[in-house]
Amino acid sequence: MTPALDMALDLALSAVLVGGGIFALVGSYGLMRLPRPMQRLHAPTKATTIGVGAALLVSALDLLGQGQVSWKEVLITIFLLLTAPISALFLAKTLILRGEADPDIPDSGTGKPWATLAPERHDP
Amino acid sequence: MRRLFPHPYLSLTLVILWFLLVNQWKLGSLVMAIILATIIPLLTTTWWPNRPRVKRPFGLAAYSILVLWDVIVANFQVARIVLFMPRDRIRSAWITVPLDLQSPEAISLLAGTITMTPGTLTSDMSACGRALLVHALHAPDPDSVRNDIKTRYEARLKRIFE
Amino acid sequence: MILPYALLFFLGSLTLAFVLNLWRLFTAPTLTDRVLVLDTMTINAIALIVLYGIWTGTGLYMEIAVLFALTSFVGTVAYCKFLLRGNIIE
Repeated sequence: MTPALDMALDLALSAVLVGGGIFALVGSYGLMRLPRPMQRLHAPTKATTIGVGAALLVSALDLLGQGQVSWKEVLITIFLLLTAPISALFLAKTLILRGEADPDIPDSGTGKPWATLAPERHDP
Repeated sequence: MRRLFPHPYLSLTLVILWFLLVNQWKLGSLVMAIILATIIPLLTTTWWPNRPRVKRPFGLAAYSILVLWDVIVANFQVARIVLFMPRDRIRSAWITVPLDLQSPEAISLLAGTITMTPGTLTSDMSACGRALLVHALHAPDPDSVRNDIKTRYEARLKRIFE
Repeated sequence: MILPYALLFFLGSLTLAFVLNLWRLFTAPTLTDRVLVLDTMTINAIALIVLYGIWTGTGLYMEIAVLFALTSFVGTVAYCKFLLRGNIIE
C-alpha cells in the first residue's frame, strides 16, 4: 500500500473514532439532560450503539494497511443491532406498566388493549 | 435432505457465524461448521415448529443496507435534538401504527427497525398483534412519522416476506 | 500517526461517559432509569474493551467483546422481566 493511501486510511479512521467518541458521550449526556423517562430511553439505545459501531469499524480496518481484515467485529455489530431493540422494548414495557411513561397513551385502534396493560397478559 | 436440514436458513446462518468466530478459512473449520449446522437445528427443532418464509432474500440484503444508512442519519438527528434543543421545546408523542404485516418475523423486524431509526422507539404491541405503539422523541407532526414508517419500511417488508 | 491521538480522545470521552453514567446511577429518579443506565454502561464497556484491543494490538480482547456483546443484554432483560412480572423464570 502506498504511503499516501496509508495516510488517507489513517485520517479516515481517526475521523470515525472522533465521531464515535462524541456519539458515545452524547448517549450518556442525553441520559442526564432529557427530562422525561420515555425520552431518556431514546438517547442511549441509538447514540451509544453508533459509538460502539465506530469503535468496531476502526478495529476491523485497523490492519488494512498490512492486508488484513478482521471479521469478528461484524459479529459483534450484528449482535448489538439485534439486542439493542429488545432491551429497549423491555425497558419501554417496564415504564408503561409501572406508570412512569407519559400517561397520554393512545388507544390501539384494534379493539384490544396494549399487551402490557391487558388484564390477562400475554408473553412479553 | 429435508429431515436432515429442517431449517436451511438457520443452518446457513450457523455456518457463517462459525466462520466469523474462527476468523480464518480452514478446511477443519468448514467440517466443524457443517457438523454444528446439522446438529443444532435438529436439537432445537421443537422450538421452531414452522419455517419462516422469505420470498426475496436479496430484497432483505437491500433492506438491511437501507436500514444501516438510516441508522447513521438518525443518529445525527437525535444527537442534534439531545445537545441543542431546549428541553421544553422537545415535543414527544405516542404514535399508533396499525399493521398490514402478518408474519411474526416481519413484524419483529419492523419493530427492530423502528427502534433503531430516526427518533422513534417501539414501546408495545396490541394484545391481538395488529398494531404497534411507537414513541417519538421529537414529532411536531405525528401523522407524517406514521406515514414514513408505513411507506418506507413496512411496504418493503411486505414485499420481502409476503 | 494521528490514530493514537484519536484513540485517546475516544477513551477520554468514554471515561467521561462512564462518570456521567455513574452519577446518574446514584441520582436516578426511578428504578427503571437505573436499569437503563446499566444497559448504557454495558454497551460503553464493550466499546472500551474493543478500543483497548486496538490500543494493545492483540486480537485477544475481541473474544471478550464477543462474549460481552452476547451476554450483556440478558442482564437488562432479566431486570426488566423482574420488574414486569415479579420473577424471572416462569
